[in-house]
Amino acid sequence: MASENGCGLCKISVNNIGVKKGSDVILSDVSFHLHCGELTAVIGVNGAGKTTLVKSILGEIQHQGSVGFESHDGERLNKITIGYVPQRLDFDRSAPVSVEDFLLVGRTSSPVCFMRNKKVSAQLDEALEAVGCLDLKKRKLGELSGGELQRVMLVNALYPLPELLILDEPVSGVDAQGSEKFYEAILNLKHNYHMAIAMVSHDLEIVREYADKVILINKTVLKSGPAKEVFESDEFKKVFFTVPEKGAFV
Amino acid sequence: MSVIYSVLGNVLPFHWADYKFMINALLAVLLIAPLMGVLGTMAVNNKMAFFSDALGHSAFTGIALGVLLGIKNEIISLVAFGVLVALIITRVKNKGNSSSDTVISVFSSTSIAIGLLVLSYGGSFSKYSTYLVGDILSITKKELLYLLITFVAVLIVWSFIYNKLLVITVNRELAASRGIKTALYENIFVIMVAVVVMISIKWVGILLINSLLILPAAAARNIAKNSRQYMSLSVAISLVSAVSGLLISFYEDTSAGATIVTVSAIIFFVTYILRKK
Repeated sequence: MASENGCGLCKISVNNIGVKKGSDVILSDVSFHLHCGELTAVIGVNGAGKTTLVKSILGEIQHQGSVGFESHDGERLNKITIGYVPQRLDFDRSAPVSVEDFLLVGRTSSPVCFMRNKKVSAQLDEALEAVGCLDLKKRKLGELSGGELQRVMLVNALYPLPELLILDEPVSGVDAQGSEKFYEAILNLKHNYHMAIAMVSHDLEIVREYADKVILINKTVLKSGPAKEVFESDEFKKVFFTVPEKGAFV
Repeated sequence: MSVIYSVLGNVLPFHWADYKFMINALLAVLLIAPLMGVLGTMAVNNKMAFFSDALGHSAFTGIALGVLLGIKNEIISLVAFGVLVALIITRVKNKGNSSSDTVISVFSSTSIAIGLLVLSYGGSFSKYSTYLVGDILSITKKELLYLLITFVAVLIVWSFIYNKLLVITVNRELAASRGIKTALYENIFVIMVAVVVMISIKWVGILLINSLLILPAAAARNIAKNSRQYMSLSVAISLVSAVSGLLISFYEDTSAGATIVTVSAIIFFVTYILRKK
């Protein structure tokens, strides 16, 4: 497994993850490492088990194997903060909830409809500014475009500041400009906070441009390593070019 | 109380303020209306209008149970049964095996039927018919005190759970991923709704209680853009319709509950037209 170039401050090791649904094997024996300061992309065809893998790491579904966290001096950590940007947030778009309301509820325990803490509010402004969406603060959550909503979800995932950030198909159905802004914000996070970032993606162009490492899965890990290496591998060609109708170029 | 009567009697130079029952009724709606306005916001957000309707109907069985068990103060059996029904419906709904409106409808009709069956035994239902439309003018000082205690308790609990409920409203999975115990907070919320509905039902009436909970919040939701506007508009609409409805009913000699609901329905339709698409 591609742990030999582990130079990051901390390490998230995924060990022998397996998930079964009835008698169907969704994932088996999936192992890899994620490092701080690196963006790792998980790619694979539809039904390869990408989202199941994310849910296993988040601890939302039962699975075999383990997910371990290590600090930079090799110490085992029981729990780390994980930020999660879901694939598509399903919510009632007519709800009278503003971006500010939505983001403040995670940051303060006083009811957001009455009390506003100036300090918390200033922190929120800063966080919004960092991903370039301070102008969205007063907007209704349901009125946002796909890209705007994803950036708001990113702000949400970044409090409390996570050690691992997981993005599940973060910008599917978002226009090019929105997508670019989103990844700019991600790159900033990687550089400024040395965060470990795992991203599930269909978009191989995006992966090629932004990912440091790539893990190709289809129920298990087929190939992993630096992006270029994976893209040039036989496994990659086999998955994405022999069965194009199931591939990602749609 | 006598201080309140004399103060209000002097401050309000109106004919109706000369009557103690009107002052009591006014104090009662000043307590019930804001509670309904506050709880209604989340009930509407979580699409629970039908749920609270069923809850109101279950009052029939609540009263019947009190009669069968020989409980003198029917509020006790009402509240206990209301809380039970609320928790059961929520649980069955979250199991997700059958459609939630079917589940709620089954509970609603069953509790109406059982309640009517018991209360009409021996042909004595007319005794309980005031529960259908309620009688706010009959509220006593002691009952006002119960209301005040409920008012304070609900607002305290509310301020603690509001943020959690708001996240759950947006998306349950997201709330769960943030470590919020969604089932716990949902249960606390339905218990609060059950208590408030059951305590108020004697004065508002089984047929109208749900409108009092749902209409102000639904009207506020038409025009509110954020949670602060939503909450304050809902409470304001609730208060305006309750007070004006009560006074109109005094001068026009109509049912107080029905008049209050009619005023809030009018406000709803106005905001519906005003809403931004």
